Amino acid sequence: MAVPSYAGPLERTWYYAFRVICGLIFFFLIAPILVIIPLSFNVQPYFTYTREMLTFDPAGYSLRWYEDFFSSRQWMMSIRNSVIIGILATLVATVLGTIAALGLSRKEMPFRGLIMGILISPMIVPLIISAAGMFFFYSSVGLASTFPGVILAHAALGIPFVIITVTATLVGFDHSLTRAAASLGADPTTTFRRVTFPLIMPGVISGALFAFITSFDEVVIVLFVAGVEQRTIPREMWSGIREQISPTILAVATILVMISIALLTTIELLRRRSERLRGIRPS
Amino acid sequence: MAQADAASLGGAPITAMVTADGVPLKKSLAKAERRRKITAFLLVAPLLAFIIFTFVIPIGSMLFRSVDNPIIVQVLPRTVDALQEWDGQDIPPESAFAAMAEDLVEAQANRTVGRVAVRLNYEMSGARSLLTATARRADDLAAPFQESLVDANPRWGDTEIWAAIQREGRRFTPAYFVSAIDMRYASDGSIERQPENQRIYVTLFIRTLMLSVAITLTTLLLGYPIAYLLATLPLRYSNLLMICVLLPFWTSLLVRTTAWIVLLQQQGVLNDILVALGIIGDNGRIMMVYNAAGTIIAMTHILLPFMVLPLYSVMKGIPPSYVRAARSLGANPWTAFWKVYVPQTMPGVGAGAVLVFIISIGYYITPALVGGQSGQMISNLIAFHMQNSLNWGLAAALGTILLAGVLILYWVYNRIVGVDNVKLG
Amino acid sequence: MSKLKTTIIGAGAIAVSALALNAYAQDPISLTVVSWGGAYTASQNRAYHEPYMEENPHVTIINDDGSANALAGLRAQHQAGNVTWDLVDMLPSDAQLACDEGIVIPIDHDEMLAAAPDGTPASEDFLPGSLGECFIPQIVYSTVLTFRPDAFDGDQPESIADLFDVENFPGRRALQDRPGTNLEWALYADGVPVDEIYDVLRTPEGVDRAFAKLDTIKEHIVFWTEGAQAPQLLADGEVAFATGYNGRMFDAIEVEGMNAEIIWDGQVVEWDGWVIPDGPNVDKVLEYVSWATDTQRLADQAKFISYGPARASSAPLVGEHADLGIDMNAHMPTNPDNYFAPIVLDNDFWTDYGDELRERFANWMLQ
Repeated sequence: MAVPSYAGPLERTWYYAFRVICGLIFFFLIAPILVIIPLSFNVQPYFTYTREMLTFDPAGYSLRWYEDFFSSRQWMMSIRNSVIIGILATLVATVLGTIAALGLSRKEMPFRGLIMGILISPMIVPLIISAAGMFFFYSSVGLASTFPGVILAHAALGIPFVIITVTATLVGFDHSLTRAAASLGADPTTTFRRVTFPLIMPGVISGALFAFITSFDEVVIVLFVAGVEQRTIPREMWSGIREQISPTILAVATILVMISIALLTTIELLRRRSERLRGIRPS
Repeated sequence: MAQADAASLGGAPITAMVTADGVPLKKSLAKAERRRKITAFLLVAPLLAFIIFTFVIPIGSMLFRSVDNPIIVQVLPRTVDALQEWDGQDIPPESAFAAMAEDLVEAQANRTVGRVAVRLNYEMSGARSLLTATARRADDLAAPFQESLVDANPRWGDTEIWAAIQREGRRFTPAYFVSAIDMRYASDGSIERQPENQRIYVTLFIRTLMLSVAITLTTLLLGYPIAYLLATLPLRYSNLLMICVLLPFWTSLLVRTTAWIVLLQQQGVLNDILVALGIIGDNGRIMMVYNAAGTIIAMTHILLPFMVLPLYSVMKGIPPSYVRAARSLGANPWTAFWKVYVPQTMPGVGAGAVLVFIISIGYYITPALVGGQSGQMISNLIAFHMQNSLNWGLAAALGTILLAGVLILYWVYNRIVGVDNVKLG
Repeated sequence: MSKLKTTIIGAGAIAVSALALNAYAQDPISLTVVSWGGAYTASQNRAYHEPYMEENPHVTIINDDGSANALAGLRAQHQAGNVTWDLVDMLPSDAQLACDEGIVIPIDHDEMLAAAPDGTPASEDFLPGSLGECFIPQIVYSTVLTFRPDAFDGDQPESIADLFDVENFPGRRALQDRPGTNLEWALYADGVPVDEIYDVLRTPEGVDRAFAKLDTIKEHIVFWTEGAQAPQLLADGEVAFATGYNGRMFDAIEVEGMNAEIIWDGQVVEWDGWVIPDGPNVDKVLEYVSWATDTQRLADQAKFISYGPARASSAPLVGEHADLGIDMNAHMPTNPDNYFAPIVLDNDFWTDYGDELRERFANWMLQ
């Protein structure tokens, strides 16, 4: 978008003003996330830049909040819990979701709209309602305050993402490939493993990543359904923020930002791979 | 391909086509079709069962609580019976008092009086102590029971408690919905508005709507320009800038909320900068968080990617030639943009706006952490009734209303975009 | 692809072994104790839980800081027939409600609790009025007003009335987001003598009067929910005044070195203690509670936090703070120097009127 040669002076001014405005909006988006990173290295227990920090005096920086984090049993437990719950919920969501997506994308699927609506519903219902409902029901079947309970709940939340990403890859899927495999004598399992799965894999993995991040970042359900032994990282952050925002929270936040950057990169690479495989050129 | 097959089969001559084993082709095809249907359904079935168990039943059973009303019938069965014929005008007959005395003795023995007392207290303030205190002395009650009960507590002589038991002595009740819209039952059984200082839910629903509208508008205001920039820049620049949109999208909600508290609180970064620049004095630090402003700022930041992404994907598909054509036909830049470009982006605007609105209307975490009092939304009140006041029926009624609103919005969203077209990342 | 597979298998293995470990911890004699978190749970840990686990290695005590929503949790677990909490720390008014609803067990105090060392039965040793039908008191605590001396240039505040005096003592005030204490103080500041506060509050006019008084400072109020928030708000300089539990304030001032002072005027005194949910481990829990509420243990807790023990026989044993070595008696709410104008929280009042006042207070906060 360069300035067209026929633009008048007013238009030129607007063109640069527009860029400045956009710059400010990008700044609004990214600055809050970046601003906490240096603060997590603050020697002082304050949330503000000290003189030492601004003059890059090494004495103004320290790793004490990271030490705090890594030596706290509670935080370490919450990491363990987040990882266990995240991985198992993702597994459940991805396996069931992928199989279902294969069925949903068949043209013979009966009641497609209705079933799709039900499967997507965990994404639409406000979390507080889901959490309240699960609190009552899971308590009555003995799933409240247990790992299976939280895992099932998180799997339900992750499923819509798997369904959406996998059905999206299947939209561009050439069904003559499976028929070709079948006519060449491959049984359905082999066809799935050797033909279908490699092609839809980018969708499956990005769905799985979405499911994982949903579980990894979820706190409302955990607040209602989990007990003290299932406390996850966001749950610890929640009590930290409600009770006392120590800079340890900022250290955790910084680590989580790093994880998001890693995930973002993975997703981007997958997207490119998927486009290449499906023959879509980046425009 | 598959469609082409079906079309050519449909167009084939109908009569007397048989397969190799002599079955009419039509029948054989129908059978194959049915088998394919079953296979497709079987693939979906495990997940459907899973979602129904882990999600649909829990939600359904919670919604059911908004009308479920078993306690009074269970704990005061005789009283409910005795009040069947009561006209509600005068003091109920002695049989009702006797039934109440009997019910209270039993409730005290079973330790169930507390539950019915809590339930009736929602209908009539003071009912809890009236029941629990009388039940503690229930063994001393003797005929004539009217006198004996009124002796124990003069409020038994008013019709109010009896009217409440008569009205709520049924298995299902609309009472929670009545409270959820700031109404109550008057003494004659009609429905009237709550007194001024107890009206809250309608106000809060309206506030939730207003905050959601404000958040939707600010995300649109901020999202439109950058989506436009992203869609019109060459790819190698726009990919880089896209990270600025996607990184917040992938960053934990709690991290972003924490960041805003750190930035906006009175001893926070922004106030420090303003003080350091001499714009405000150290005593004049601005209150930017723990109020509605905090909720709007933090939620705008959190939901902005949900606006930018649909806008971007729509804008990406708009060929620049239309605007150029308008310009060459003499339109000034503003007219060309407003009359030609903007109408083409409306699907994106609609999708983004409804999406942001749906998400914000049911938001809980951020208002709870940065909203203070003026930034609370209806979700926070549902949580309050779930965890603090323990009026679960009311929480369920408020939740049902909220859910109905969200489903209507979702229906609108589906009309605009179609759930199949939701794109992620 | 193969990398992905190994990752998944590896993660699965970690998960399985973690769950196995977890199953080991959930041995029948692990007790879930629900309390208030922060400095308070820490004091219980050091005074009761850790010594008990040392003496009884087969018992594992798991702390859950869910006391703020304990009644909700208990009701849900009871309705569901799946009680996972073994022992819950709560206030007497909530304990009475839980008792009336039959979700916690009634206590025969002399039968189930230890006698004093001199043989005085428990029902006489615990301070008068502290025992409840289902309630076993541990401590006397009070809600006090605390302020930052550096927030005021001239006179320093010294009474509850000063909390309501925004002219002479400007700055924001952190109050708890529930009616208890706030309504009492509003009336006290409005001139009602301490011993008449509940009589006035029992009348609708009295409640209106309390809310009207609170209205005068409403725009200066920040509300807190969890006990730990109040000292934090003070420490961060976000508020000039904060109400809070005296033990937490003691911890913040004496242990953490926060610059703040306690005003003992109008301290609202209350009990706090245990209830035992009607769950599967009742016998084991009773064994533990009998030990954890004996004379020595209650006195021990005062080494870690400035709350008064609920037994008369514990009082002489209260000594110095375990880490700081300062005399704890001066910091006890019941010390005569501090106990000059106490408001003793009326639990009967809050059991009867709590629901409607909580509702009205919630509405008032949001309006």
